Amino acid sequence: MNTTPVAGAADFALVAPEIFLLCAACAILLIDLWLPQRLRQVTYLLSLVALVVSAVLVAGLPGERMTAFGGTWISDPVAKLLKLVTCGTVAAVFLYSRDYLLARGLFRGEYFVLGLFATLGIFVMVSSGSLLTMYMGIELLALSQYALVAFDRDSPVAAESAMKYFVLGAIASGALLYGISIIYGVTGTFDLDELAAGLDGSAATNVGLLFGLAFLMAGIAFKFGAVPFHMWVPDVYHGAPTSVTLFLGAAPKLAYFALALRVLAEGLGSAVQAWQDMLIVLAVLSLVVGNLVAVAQTNLKRMLAYSTISNVGFILLGILAGTPDGYRAALFYVVTYVIMAVGSFAMIVALSRRGFEADRIDDFRGLAQKSPWFAWMMLFLMVSTAGVPPFVGFFAKLYVLQAIVDVGFVWLAGVAVLFSVVGAFYYLRIVKVMFFDEPAPGLAVSASGSFRFLLSVNALAVLALGLFSGALLDAINRALP
Amino acid sequence: MSSLATIGGPVGLPHFLVLAGILFAIAVAGIFLNRKNVILILMCIELMLLAVNFNFVAFSRWLGDLDGQVFVFFILTVAAAESAIGLAILVVLFRERKSINVENLDTMRG
Repeated sequence: MNTTPVAGAADFALVAPEIFLLCAACAILLIDLWLPQRLRQVTYLLSLVALVVSAVLVAGLPGERMTAFGGTWISDPVAKLLKLVTCGTVAAVFLYSRDYLLARGLFRGEYFVLGLFATLGIFVMVSSGSLLTMYMGIELLALSQYALVAFDRDSPVAAESAMKYFVLGAIASGALLYGISIIYGVTGTFDLDELAAGLDGSAATNVGLLFGLAFLMAGIAFKFGAVPFHMWVPDVYHGAPTSVTLFLGAAPKLAYFALALRVLAEGLGSAVQAWQDMLIVLAVLSLVVGNLVAVAQTNLKRMLAYSTISNVGFILLGILAGTPDGYRAALFYVVTYVIMAVGSFAMIVALSRRGFEADRIDDFRGLAQKSPWFAWMMLFLMVSTAGVPPFVGFFAKLYVLQAIVDVGFVWLAGVAVLFSVVGAFYYLRIVKVMFFDEPAPGLAVSASGSFRFLLSVNALAVLALGLFSGALLDAINRALP
Repeated sequence: MSSLATIGGPVGLPHFLVLAGILFAIAVAGIFLNRKNVILILMCIELMLLAVNFNFVAFSRWLGDLDGQVFVFFILTVAAAESAIGLAILVVLFRERKSINVENLDTMRG
């Protein structure tokens, strides 16, 4: 930040979506205050409109890389793509959550307003050009998430999981900040571009930088939920209301990917040797622990939490390759993972009803007899997450493996394949339970028409993106040239 | 840019870094060792952020660059928001459990 930043109209044009989203979230918060409970739908519809308008504004941003506000803000094709996917994901989460929240007396404006603020946090993280902007985005996202988890005030476990999430998240922020402070001391800048320009090949052996990097990496791993910093993931996914788990499990992953991409790949790209080793440890542990512990779970939300951990391992594998191919593979993986995660958690929402959470694997017994269509949709989602062709999950895993084999990590690819096979066991167990077991008593899908439609689109998208994976790959190649 | 202080010399950058490191370590140890009270954890979190602020200010002074001190203002603001949310969650927890004992926060297993 050596130049004197003078903000002009061109700067503000690049943050138009964020400014709009901030104003919209504040306005919706105020409007919601004056609405009687029977008009609560207005908040819901306004939130959806806010997301659509932000998406339109994002789509109108220039297609090339531009910086604003003295380099603290970056607007580039990756940011554009990630923001559009975020808008779509959050909108889908809101649509899925509506019936669930209505049935439990949780249909309050706070859910949507906090969701919008979290979306704003994701936007800021995705576009940040300096460690300060990144920190503000991380905290905006994290604080909204803590509040969302504690959102169901009458739940016996929600407050406990919110507390755990809060404490561990605060430690993560602390570690991240400590790392940032050391890196600032060593390099004298927060600006990612200046950081990249100031470091050369000797960066990987600079002890001060490595010390800072270790703390930074611990913070990133905490946020991602990578082993050994994963303790909060199962408890938070399990304890939060399912509609909140739906939110936590999807869109924030895009932001954490952006965090890793911006800070590690762009800012500290010349220290790749240093962070590659740390990421290898995190990725392998995540693959091993995530997949093995998921096998032992009887609660579907916990199982999906451990599945998230193992998928994070795959995302980290793509990043640690340290090549443009690797980053593209990781981006492909994170986008497809988000689509599959939203669908899988939405299935739990679909089977839940007032006073009953369908979050045990047993609750899916015999679903194929009661509602074959949904059983097939769940089959698509599970099989795709397991990585079976021709579903998109297969291609996501394939590209990541290609990227790491290209840089010579054949053994890592072997570990990843081995534990994907372990992972296939627990995804296919859900399929077995749905298709070959006797129906569970009282099993029924009590979802509205729009929910059924969206879920079907979501699950079929997993198949369609797999059959036409070239289209998604093209979009990603354009975003990360 | 002031030079690194020698033993017995004036207070310099290493002193501040060591102090911040000790405070940070105390905060992390406090979070993990404390088995009694959630409020103590909130205090430790606050201490952790303040230790980091020490680092930023010391480096900022040493580098002769104001950015680090600007960062501190942001951290202070975020820390205030963070403790507000932490205390709010604590209130919800207390209403539910009638206790803020850390040992009671273990109903979820698996």
